[in-house]
Amino acid sequence: MAKARDTKKSPIRVLIAKPGLDGHDRGAKVVARALRDAGMEVIYAGLRQTPEEIVRAALEEDVDLIGLSILSGAHMALFPRVLTLLKEQGGRGIPVFAGGIIPDEDARRLKRAGIRAIFGPGTSLEEIVTTARTLARHSA
Amino acid sequence: MRGAFSRLPTTARAIADGDRRALARTITAVENGDPSADRVVRSLYARSGRAPVVGITGPLGVGKSSLVNALVGRLRSLGQSVGVVGVDPSSPFTGGSVLGDRIRLERRADDTGVFFRSMASRGAAGGVAAATREVSRLLDAAGFDIILVETVGSGQVDVAIRDIASTSIVVVVPHLGDEVQTLKAGLFEIADVFCVNKVDLPGAELAKRDLAEMVNLGGRPAGWAPPIVGTSTLDPAVGIEELWNDVLAHEKYLDESGERVRGERKRLSSEIVGLARDRIGRELMVGLERDPSLRRLLDEVVARRIDPRTAAERLVRRGRRAR
Repeated sequence: MAKARDTKKSPIRVLIAKPGLDGHDRGAKVVARALRDAGMEVIYAGLRQTPEEIVRAALEEDVDLIGLSILSGAHMALFPRVLTLLKEQGGRGIPVFAGGIIPDEDARRLKRAGIRAIFGPGTSLEEIVTTARTLARHSA
Repeated sequence: MRGAFSRLPTTARAIADGDRRALARTITAVENGDPSADRVVRSLYARSGRAPVVGITGPLGVGKSSLVNALVGRLRSLGQSVGVVGVDPSSPFTGGSVLGDRIRLERRADDTGVFFRSMASRGAAGGVAAATREVSRLLDAAGFDIILVETVGSGQVDVAIRDIASTSIVVVVPHLGDEVQTLKAGLFEIADVFCVNKVDLPGAELAKRDLAEMVNLGGRPAGWAPPIVGTSTLDPAVGIEELWNDVLAHEKYLDESGERVRGERKRLSSEIVGLARDRIGRELMVGLERDPSLRRLLDEVVARRIDPRTAAERLVRRGRRAR
């Protein structure tokens, strides 16, 4: 079933999840709130989600977009795993963006691996909302 | 398998066969009023009506999501599969929403016996979304043994779950108010089972007693007095088995008393009338915009030559003649 994206009738659905074992979810909550205020439906999956749980939630909730937040440093292990599982389980077209403390070199490698956008500390919420909207519009 | 099975449209057959991606996408289409879902929804109707639909409602913060998680755990230990719909409010200002019911769900990522879907209310009043009924029916047709529907944190008159659920659990916590609150119309009238959650808190006994007194005042149709269960979802959980047994007892009562059929007829008749009303309303709106004679009628009302009641009467009479 091809998804028609008439944003007036069908709000963008986005999953916000925090893989990894750190408990710092303020960033994820601030982003969830900003996307809500931009008219999106934000499924907030919360802390300490495994890549398996994240992909399962994304597919059941049929989201247009996934946002991952991480501050534990485990991003090089966890983000590619999310992308692999998405591919395996029929969610290849769902764009993934990320935020957290991610060194530039890692960010470059993650983007090559398929993470569509990476936001470090200090990114404006406007930029995140605009990028999220653009990515969702091109979601398959 | 039913005889009609082989004639189901492809997507409908995929859903009936347990294709979770097809199910998830169709739910989105139903929520969005996408015409592509129309045939799927229609053709799967015959396969629904099997699973008990259990509503979990109550004010915000009473622990509905945690109870849903506990019930899912209980049902999985009984070997039953569960479809869950968790409804949260949409912003009346931006249409946006944060759907957080899923956060309490503690299931193994590979447990295919559970399907959880979060849903925004999208402007609907009453505690559920316009699409909740059809989505719970899709989960039923997809083969889940039990459907749980968690409402928006409800106000006193958010009773729409009544039109969807075969058993409604009303959840409260200690110190929500005095016994006069339990006498008020609305939420407390729709309970098939009362759940006093956070029963470890002081005041739980009083809350249970107030509810029991209200139930004993009578005034409800004879045959089923809603039981009152104390629960806690802390570790170790309390009362979850009892809560589920009370739900099953109510389901059994529905069958034995004939109430299931009566309730189903009532719910379906209001659903059909509602759908027909929506459709006629839409056609009239389009007519007022496009049909010259209806536009003239509108002009007359705007010019204060005809009053709105008379105009409405003419519209209805016209509609009857057209049929």
